[in-house]
Amino acid sequence: MIELKNVSKKYGETIAVNQVSFEVKEKENLVLLGTSGCGKTTTLKMINRLINPDEGEIILNGQNIINQNTEILRKGIGYVMQNIGLFPHYTVEENIAIVPKLLKWDKKKIQDRVYELTEKLHLPTNSLKLFPNELSGGQQQRVGLARALVSDPAVLLMDEPFGALDNVTRTSIRKEFKDLEELKRKTMVMVTHDVEEAFELADRICLMDKGNIMQIGTPKELLFNPANDFAKTFLDGQRLALEFKIVTIEDIWEMLPNAMHTTKSLSANVSVWDAMEKLRSTQATELQFSNKTQQYKSASFDELIKAFNQYKNFTKHE
Amino acid sequence: MNEQQTLWQFMSMESDKLLSQTVQHIGLTFISLLFAIAIGLPLGILIARRRKLSGIILGVAGVLQTVPSIALLGFMIPILGIGAKPAIVALLIYALLPIIRNTYTGIIGIDKHIIEAAKAMGMSKSQILFKVEIPLAMPVLLAGIRTATVINVGVATLASYIAAGGLGEFIFGGISLNNTNMILAGAIPAALLAILLDGLLALTQKLDFKKLKKVLIFSSVFLIFLTAFYVLPSAYGSGLKAGFTPEFMGRQDGDLGLKSAYGLKIKTVVISDAVMYKAAFSKELDVISGYSTDGRLKAFGLKILKDDKGIFPPYYAAPIVNQASLSKFPELEDVLNLLAGRITDSVMTDLNYRTDYLHQTPEKVARDFLVKVGLYKSPKGGAGETIKIGSKIFGEQYILAEIYSMLIKGNTNYQVETKTGLGGTKICFDALVNNQIDFYPEYTGTGLLAILKPDNKIVSQISHNKDETYRYVSDEFSKKYKIKWLKPIGFNNSYALMMRQKQSSEIDVNTITDLKNYLDKN
Repeated sequence: MIELKNVSKKYGETIAVNQVSFEVKEKENLVLLGTSGCGKTTTLKMINRLINPDEGEIILNGQNIINQNTEILRKGIGYVMQNIGLFPHYTVEENIAIVPKLLKWDKKKIQDRVYELTEKLHLPTNSLKLFPNELSGGQQQRVGLARALVSDPAVLLMDEPFGALDNVTRTSIRKEFKDLEELKRKTMVMVTHDVEEAFELADRICLMDKGNIMQIGTPKELLFNPANDFAKTFLDGQRLALEFKIVTIEDIWEMLPNAMHTTKSLSANVSVWDAMEKLRSTQATELQFSNKTQQYKSASFDELIKAFNQYKNFTKHE
Repeated sequence: MNEQQTLWQFMSMESDKLLSQTVQHIGLTFISLLFAIAIGLPLGILIARRRKLSGIILGVAGVLQTVPSIALLGFMIPILGIGAKPAIVALLIYALLPIIRNTYTGIIGIDKHIIEAAKAMGMSKSQILFKVEIPLAMPVLLAGIRTATVINVGVATLASYIAAGGLGEFIFGGISLNNTNMILAGAIPAALLAILLDGLLALTQKLDFKKLKKVLIFSSVFLIFLTAFYVLPSAYGSGLKAGFTPEFMGRQDGDLGLKSAYGLKIKTVVISDAVMYKAAFSKELDVISGYSTDGRLKAFGLKILKDDKGIFPPYYAAPIVNQASLSKFPELEDVLNLLAGRITDSVMTDLNYRTDYLHQTPEKVARDFLVKVGLYKSPKGGAGETIKIGSKIFGEQYILAEIYSMLIKGNTNYQVETKTGLGGTKICFDALVNNQIDFYPEYTGTGLLAILKPDNKIVSQISHNKDETYRYVSDEFSKKYKIKWLKPIGFNNSYALMMRQKQSSEIDVNTITDLKNYLDKN
């Protein structure tokens, strides 16, 4: 769907992006992860030509973007940014309707779509007539997302979409975001410096440093098979928590004791972390799980930890 | 003094003029503002796009802003002549800086993320400009237009110098004629106009963008309507055209006398003395109200029309001195009287010609003259008290002030400070009464008609005889103001109507009566 081939960008003597190549498949969410100044935002902005690359090619839907009309290209790509960039002189409704108006949709269609999105994004309907500065930060970010999604573009680019929010709001919006049907059909490239966020949302992560790609792979690959010292040390601070969150019950299925069929069982898709949270919050001694093939397992806290450790040793020696 | 008019009486008496001047003033202000917006807005947008140009363009607009308004109007005359065109251009230049600068600041002040969002959504450059940048820059932009409007209302008063009309006609006429009511009749409406427009624009700044859009559309229609007011009446036909100074317009021995004594009806514009002769020379005007000793008479080939009914009283020049100064500087009177009777009409015209046309400095002209008549003495370099000499704002007075200054320095130990260019009669005379200056050269006719303003009876009795006029002003000044008229210098710089020599012989007009008859026939 999106392919970058040896893309480079220089600012004077500084190389912002150096020979970057990757591919994003349809409906995949690729997260560009790195510290500030690593070139992740520059890479993202080259995809909708907010920045033009000095070298290399960017192919979107099999077409080199350099050969497309910039304005038409951009109307087909949703863009969400940290500073949101809502128009302060437009109401919420007008802000969301910008792209459809540019595309000359008829009034009724625009209005229906705006209402549909307001509902999906849990925006209060009375907020449509308000101006952006009358909304909370979280609501503004939802409007920003609605604006990007309104014309249902196949591709969505997101530059630190939750960066401007406080921690509590960020976590809750991220959860909603993950569950949003509308987003599951999108091919997404997202930029973040937040490791936890990257691991939670990414299908694959592209770890960058000083304009170079250090490693590109699934969260599991980054955790258990770091390609180099940089990739290893980058995650070190949060490694344990990330591992618990990334590994699911499904992954450690073989290492768990069998159980009888029970009605009260959790899906095997949950992470080890979520399972332990559940045990702690319900004060239960054991949890039951069921997988897709209708098999049942149960585990206590200790059994979970034991199975997890076995899994880790196994993947490392793989 | 019992005939003293109130301001209100003056304004209601002159209400026709007041109305037409106000309309001209509004027209001038807005037509120039419209042009300034049409030029300033795109320039502001341009430099917001290409920041490198901003230094140059803001610099140039800033420099233009610092050019004194009178000088700017002066520069315009050779290029654009007199009347509305140069006035509009000059006003436009003054309005440019605030409009360019505020457009620029308004646009570059917009949060860059908003612009990035607009780009990323696929808006074109013009869509970004009209839907995002201009609306968001609007409050700042309007503040610039507001500043420009207030500046323009003020500067537009100067348009009367170059026959473009406006409330300046009353203001400058009033200053020349020592008529406070006339000054206020121009100044108060001008100030009210500035306050009113400023207030209206302040209101629009508070509106949100949607309402503002409607207001803007409405007000631009309104603006065009207003400017039409100014443009339409100025499209007048052919025929002879006169240019009179604001002072001449309001005087019994000026326009009023021409109307009553001769019944002269001529299309008239008000114009400053400084540009009048040139305008006559370049055929922008046909008849002007000049001074009989003016050097430009000689320079521009103009001819005086004979005042066959004798409405212009004698204007013999003499220094007038505050009596307090005479006792403070005992030698002063004798020194000033050295010049008595030494300068005749033709000598004065020649001296004026040297400064006005040959562009010699008043100082050189004064010195050459004194050397020639044997009165020149090199300065003693004395360290006595300082005498302050005043002069009105035209060439002849500069030369006289220089001559007196040299005489005082050469013959006494006093030091001299010249305060040249004290505007019109009123400013000079007030300065003298209030001891800001010690003396200045005044004319008997001016003393009589502009300062003393006696009954018409007395005027008609004495104003045909130069000695009687001198005696009368001399006595009255000493009684009323404790100011002494010293001996006359010799020349008579009276008012005169003049035309181009060539035109005068072509249409065979040699006297004012001839002119009247010519006008009645055509």
